[in-house]
Amino acid sequence: MIPILMNRRLGVASRTLAAIGGGYAVTSLAVTALALTLPGREVDRVVAATLSGLAIFPCIVMWSFATRTALRAWFGVLAVALALGAVVWLGGGL
Amino acid sequence: MKESLRQSMAWLHTWSGLLVGWVLFMVFSCGTASYFRDEITLWMKPELHQSSHAVVEQGVAAAQIQNLLQQRAPASPRWFITMPTGREPAVRASWAPPPSGEEGQPRGRRRFENASIDPLTGQELSAARATRGGDFFYRMHFDMHYMPVLWARWIVGICAMFMLVAIISGIVTHKRIFKDFFTFRPGKGQRSWLDAHNATAVLALPYHLMITYTGLVTLMFMYLPQGLGAVYKDSDAFFADLNGGPRVEAKASGLSAPLTPLAPLVAKGSQLWDGASVGRIMVSHAGDSAATVTLTQQDGHGVSNNLPSLTFDGVTGGLLTEADKSGAAVETRGVMYGLHIGRFASPLLRGLFFLSGLAGCAMVATGVLLWAVKERPKHVKANANGRIGFGLRLVDGLNLGGIAGLLIAMSVYFWANRLLPPGLGGRPDLEIHCFFTAWGIAAVAALAFPQRWMWRIQLAVAGVLFALLLPLNPLTGGAGLFTSVAQGLWPVAGFDLVSLLIGCGLLWASRGLGSAAKAPLKARLAKVAA
Repeated sequence: MIPILMNRRLGVASRTLAAIGGGYAVTSLAVTALALTLPGREVDRVVAATLSGLAIFPCIVMWSFATRTALRAWFGVLAVALALGAVVWLGGGL
Repeated sequence: MKESLRQSMAWLHTWSGLLVGWVLFMVFSCGTASYFRDEITLWMKPELHQSSHAVVEQGVAAAQIQNLLQQRAPASPRWFITMPTGREPAVRASWAPPPSGEEGQPRGRRRFENASIDPLTGQELSAARATRGGDFFYRMHFDMHYMPVLWARWIVGICAMFMLVAIISGIVTHKRIFKDFFTFRPGKGQRSWLDAHNATAVLALPYHLMITYTGLVTLMFMYLPQGLGAVYKDSDAFFADLNGGPRVEAKASGLSAPLTPLAPLVAKGSQLWDGASVGRIMVSHAGDSAATVTLTQQDGHGVSNNLPSLTFDGVTGGLLTEADKSGAAVETRGVMYGLHIGRFASPLLRGLFFLSGLAGCAMVATGVLLWAVKERPKHVKANANGRIGFGLRLVDGLNLGGIAGLLIAMSVYFWANRLLPPGLGGRPDLEIHCFFTAWGIAAVAALAFPQRWMWRIQLAVAGVLFALLLPLNPLTGGAGLFTSVAQGLWPVAGFDLVSLLIGCGLLWASRGLGSAAKAPLKARLAKVAA
């Protein structure tokens, strides 16, 4: 009983961290990547990217809690972060 | 799989809502009050309840205020004029004091002076009592008080993001949105609270989603500055682009030249905007040969907050620049910003926004109460003597102090406005201290006795204080209900009537808690005994 409860609590704490910390990191990368790659004037790109960021964050939070295990939540967040990081890196290098 | 998704979202909905519920209730309450910010400010300045309400042609109003400013502030580098509207019949002006010559003086220290005039007669309106009025609620709902503005905005932003998560996960959790719309089973304990929560949430769901998301949009470049940083070297350049091209910021030449009359410029601006009226006028370096006049369109001709502006030469009256058209994303943001502050709305739509805001307050309040109602049976079962755990006790106290306590504080703010002597120094701050003192006392009492009788007392206190604002108004120099209705002073009459309704509603709730108290208690005792 107690180990299960402990496990559950650790899982919640881990997911919370993935959702908030990982979510903010992914959102920041997504906003950066979108601002660099979207078409249009500079100011429009920044505004469109930032507007999307506000929708991306809650989606990551929900996904972190919806997925089956906390580990999967972390893997997902990291995979998306890496992909976006590559876009930012390439976009910044152009 | 599908069922477990619903469960995980239900869990997320519960906790993301509960953890920040009390801050959200404050944000929703103060934000909802802000829809009637101007009306609240007018009510809180009873000296102005007698002013005329004649609608004056814009050119006349501009000429009158130009006259006053040329006498009062000839050397000021900047005049700001707010033209009269249906909601605010006076013309208001503020001006920067002339530069004192000491360059080292910090800019923020220089006090702006201001004046309001009756646009018809040009007479300056008698100085009203000093108060923050409705602006206090507006600031409170994102800047809070007694803390650095930056912290407050981060706290409110994080809470708003929790709210957005709670709303979306709440929708996912829901099985039958449409059916819940029509379901209300009163007097059934937990089931009734759930129904009330669903009804207030679903009824105004588009509003709740809109107001939460657009609220985040208003401060999004602070929360997510990464896109800005990736594209722009400095944020000033970005904001200049965002607000429609570089501003004309000419320096004074030092050569004097008379300022062109403002009335023809106002007419020209209105003509260029297909009849839309002028909202604000900014005059730079009046009386100098480098003077400029910038007109900004009045709210209410479109949803977007990106208001068009025109800049004229202040001597010849020739058109200098026109802010360029904004792109799709910039315009989207403008519309969202505009939707959030709702200044475009007609009185009817504004009233609907206000009702939706109240539904939002009710949604948050019933949500946090529902948590406590659901949790209680577990504690009752676990402890035969009826003692409840620390967590539930804390939530009970915060619910009581955060909901009933805030309502008391809001009503005390209005009472303080009328009972503190009008000439008292530091009056605006004292009113706000009264607000927080009342809230503090209510919160301590709530945490000490988080029980039903305390709910009854606090709701009754808030109810009486709100309801009695109606007679308090004429007794302390304002226009009473008969006078305000007879003279068509609808903002004042509306404030009195809405306060009366809120007060009666709270008294009714307090009474209802008394009659409902006996039945569930008996049922609970029977359950414990069994």
